[in-house]
Amino acid sequence: MLSIKNLKATINGKEILKGINLEIKEGEVHAIMGPNGSGKSTLAAVLAGRNFMEITEGSVTYMGKNLLELSPEERAHMGIFLGFQYPIEIPGVSMVNFMKTAVNEQRKYKGLEPLSSGDFLKTMRDKMTFVDIDSKLTGRSVNEGFSGGEKKRNEIFQMAMLEPKLAILDETDSGLDIDALRIVANGVNKLKRPDNASIVITHYQRLLDYIVPDVVHVLYNGRIVKTAGKELAMELEEKGYDWIKNES
Amino acid sequence: MPESDNIINDVTSSEYKYGFISDIESETFPTGIDEDIVRLISKKKGEPEFMLEWRLKAFNHWKKMKMPDWAHLQIPPINYRDIIFYAVPKQSAKYESLDEIDPEIKATFDKLGIPLEEQKKLSGVAVDAVFDSVSVKTTFKEALSEKGIIFCSMSEAVQNHRDLIKQYLGSVVPYTDNYFATLNSAVFSDGSFVYIPKGVRCPMELSTYFRINALNTGQFERTLIIADEGAYVSYLEGCTAPMRDESQLHAAVVEIVVMKDAEVKYSTVQNWYPGDKQGKGGIYNFVTKRGICKGENARLSWTQVETGSAVTWKYPSCILQGDNSYGEFFSVAVTNNYQQADTGTKMIHIGKNTKSRIVSKGISAGFSQNSYRGLVKVLKNATNARNFSQCDSLLLGDKCGAHTFPYIEADNASAILEHEATTSRIGEDQIFYCNQRGIKTEDAVGLIINGYAREVINQLPMEFAVEAQKLLQISLEGSVG
Amino acid sequence: MNSPETSPMIEKLEQEFRVLLKQGDHLPEWFNEIRQNAFDVFKMTGFPAKKDENYKYTYLEPHITPSYQIPAHPVTIKIDEKEIFKCDVPELNTNLVLLINGFFYGKERLKKLSSGVIWGSLNEAILKYPDLVEAQYGKHLSQMNDPMAELNLAMSQDGFFIYLPDNTEMDAPIQIINIALNEDEQFISTHNLIIVGQNSHVKLVLCDHSLSPQRFIMNSASEVVAGKNARIEFSKLQNSHNHSVQVSSVSVSQDEGSNVISNYITLHGGIIRNNLLVNLNGKGAVNDASGLYIADKMQHIDNFVQIQHQSPECHSTQLYKGILDDISMGVFSGKILVAKDAQKTQAFQTNKNILLTSDAKVRTKPQLEIYADDVKCSHGATVGQIDEEALFYLRSRGIDNKEARLMLLHAFAHEVMKKISIDPLRDRYDELVNKRLRGELSRCNNCAVNCG
Repeated sequence: MLSIKNLKATINGKEILKGINLEIKEGEVHAIMGPNGSGKSTLAAVLAGRNFMEITEGSVTYMGKNLLELSPEERAHMGIFLGFQYPIEIPGVSMVNFMKTAVNEQRKYKGLEPLSSGDFLKTMRDKMTFVDIDSKLTGRSVNEGFSGGEKKRNEIFQMAMLEPKLAILDETDSGLDIDALRIVANGVNKLKRPDNASIVITHYQRLLDYIVPDVVHVLYNGRIVKTAGKELAMELEEKGYDWIKNES
Repeated sequence: MPESDNIINDVTSSEYKYGFISDIESETFPTGIDEDIVRLISKKKGEPEFMLEWRLKAFNHWKKMKMPDWAHLQIPPINYRDIIFYAVPKQSAKYESLDEIDPEIKATFDKLGIPLEEQKKLSGVAVDAVFDSVSVKTTFKEALSEKGIIFCSMSEAVQNHRDLIKQYLGSVVPYTDNYFATLNSAVFSDGSFVYIPKGVRCPMELSTYFRINALNTGQFERTLIIADEGAYVSYLEGCTAPMRDESQLHAAVVEIVVMKDAEVKYSTVQNWYPGDKQGKGGIYNFVTKRGICKGENARLSWTQVETGSAVTWKYPSCILQGDNSYGEFFSVAVTNNYQQADTGTKMIHIGKNTKSRIVSKGISAGFSQNSYRGLVKVLKNATNARNFSQCDSLLLGDKCGAHTFPYIEADNASAILEHEATTSRIGEDQIFYCNQRGIKTEDAVGLIINGYAREVINQLPMEFAVEAQKLLQISLEGSVG
Repeated sequence: MNSPETSPMIEKLEQEFRVLLKQGDHLPEWFNEIRQNAFDVFKMTGFPAKKDENYKYTYLEPHITPSYQIPAHPVTIKIDEKEIFKCDVPELNTNLVLLINGFFYGKERLKKLSSGVIWGSLNEAILKYPDLVEAQYGKHLSQMNDPMAELNLAMSQDGFFIYLPDNTEMDAPIQIINIALNEDEQFISTHNLIIVGQNSHVKLVLCDHSLSPQRFIMNSASEVVAGKNARIEFSKLQNSHNHSVQVSSVSVSQDEGSNVISNYITLHGGIIRNNLLVNLNGKGAVNDASGLYIADKMQHIDNFVQIQHQSPECHSTQLYKGILDDISMGVFSGKILVAKDAQKTQAFQTNKNILLTSDAKVRTKPQLEIYADDVKCSHGATVGQIDEEALFYLRSRGIDNKEARLMLLHAFAHEVMKKISIDPLRDRYDELVNKRLRGELSRCNNCAVNCG
């Protein structure tokens, strides 16, 4: 589904990604772990099409297409979803209008008729129950005045609405208490299907207690320095990142 | 609130401690201004012909100009016929060694805490002392010249560095610029000149100390600083004047040229005599300060602590011509009694990716009026220009005024400009919080004011920061400090 | 400064003024005195000079030429009722008032309701209720010290008048449609006087637009007088064609505890200058002023706002937002003045602008002038672009670039819309703004509301 080959990227001339290789197949959950500043969020941003960095080398193929040539919205239409580490507040844009536009743009891409207001609202209600999000949140502007936990839950709600093929969750666990964490993880697990995949980016092993990965990668200093099964996460938790630093 | 009234009383009753008069015989010109006076000044200083021509052009231009009236100031008409445009301590204009300086002048500077003897230096600060209109002593000249740095009086520069003067004098503030700058161009007597050669970081702070002493005298000094490619200099300016009942005119010009990759920091602690409690006397301070960031990555930073003068009219500005150049303006302006200040800055964005930052803190007390006036202008080709301005005003007492007049002119769509301003008084809850922790109300006011000004004070070099902090307390807090 | 000798337009105005004054022989003496005084003041200053600080960025004079005719009489042609009807906002029950070229249009020139409310033609009110008019007319506008406001006082013959006695309320909002309808180029003056008594409440909707393509100058003024605890909502929509020059001066005087909300939406027009002067004369008065200006092509929109806190414990808020496209220019000058005794004032001012092209321009001058110490005042101004982070967020959810930009622009504008309390009106404005941003509201010779 996703194939990253020797990906290098710089920000203001400084190399942040120094040759990433990663293969993700349908049905898989990959965890990417690593210390702060290792390039985790940059990788997520590259996949979603954020343009603050320059890609200097390498390729990313997604569903047989050159991902790097696509606009952020085209990527979204093809099922890429980025759960933001810091979801942005957009005053004045209502959640309903925002989601309705997003869902119908995706339907247009798939050649489907736009959802009627009634159908849309019904879907929205269902998904709200599904991810356990308070209905009053959707009556407000996008993320405006949401608490940290509400913002993250809102990301999972949007993920439920858009039913992505490849979900990239960028430190979705940061700033969450254990209850919120459970709700978020629960949402992710419920959305798991044999034909989709997720990349869970996290600093701590904590989230992986709830979302069980098939593969764990350790990103350090712009490179994936270790790849193994879920036991790697445990080992990291135990030994800390210094262990990796010393090994690499 | 009798308590806060007391504080305000304390504040308003503080004295100007630099108000003494030095008994020095000075050679003065007749009062008033005409072409002959201009010629006389130029002749007295033995200036080359091009300087005289320049002065005369300025004078003829000035005759056609009117005093600007747009500032939020009430200024009684200034009678230029009663002003002495040139005063020199009666002895040779420049002293070769310390022994030659009139002991009275030396004593004056000692009293002001400005040592002219190099061994008693402020740590690592070279000083050019300007007494009335003339530079009396520049310290550390030799040490600096080893690095190729020129630090001398303007008069000397006109004699010895003619090419630099020809090239740069009036290049940032042309003689046609404004009423006061034009007058200055015609009659300026002295001032400081600084040239930092390519790639040289000036190893010490350079400083000019200005003192007006003679009666009925206008002081018109002119400073020119040139930082060549990759150079760095931090420059300080301080000033005081005696207490006199008559107002005195000060119309100075500062020009700064910052070349590619160079950086200039210019700090002022302005403490001219502010007049008495009834608003009698005090200096009229009309100053034109402007710098140009000529080359790429040039940086210019203005910091000012303005506590003195009866009237302040001054807008240190940055012309950001070089791509990626950066301009800053940090200001604390305190007005008390009947002082009036109209001060601020202009940031002119011409080059690409130019950035500027403005932090202005006004504090008004007594019957004073304190205005911030600033312009942020982004020209059409200045893509990605950024400005952030923060202008806060603090009012102490209900008889003073605090005003904010920013102008923002954006001609480029990629500009991001933000201006924020707030006006408030010291919050009773803030004072209560301090009281509750055992801090007396007057100490609390002092703390809060210093905290309020901190962002600006922190920009000053160490020695000045301490002085500035003291000044704030003296000019505002009375016994509080 | 222009002396009359050098300005043919002022000469022409003076001639016309003499004619109008003569024509007003039958009007009360005090009224004609106000006109004469105003003209004298105007003649002394002339049109705002290039160096006039208050008109720093809007130089009107070159646009005001003697080719304009001054309408001396109301039009006699019959207006198509449907045209007027189209201007109505659906689902909004309003009392409709029509002004054509500054003159009240309609058979019943002045109504007196059983509640004591009087409304209709100003000209008629001057004759029938001279005392009511005399007590207020010109007193508020002249405080603006603006030559264009003086010129309005001199040249205006008619306009809209409403008087609400104490403790009254209008059943529905009043919609005043101010139309320029002309076969030649006209210089139109019109004056509205709105007097609201103690505890009374009224909502007013003003729509300025043009029905004919000819160039015109509209120099309009409104005086709004809010009595103790009165509540007034005032919303103005400007949507005239781009060959117009419009100067609109609104002077608001507020007594103790009164609450005035005013809102200015500028969608189309050539050169527009909106003056707003608010005097908070009574303790605890509240004023909320907001504006939205969307300009493209060569339009020039200048909002000049002065809020004067003359009494303690008053609150004021200003929110002005602009979106500038093509080679248009947006100007905002806002001054908060807090007088010496106006303690416990709270005054806030915000101006935000988005520049869409490299040729569009913004000038902003948010000012504070404060003479009291126990105040909370702040202002902020920004010039910027669409937030790239927000744009990316929307795009990452699959919303295409163009649509996402429009969403963000609309959201930017909506903050001003939110201030309008009349729901159907706000919805209609929202729709209009949306169309305007999409460029679907470019033909605007017709009534704005009709364009939907």
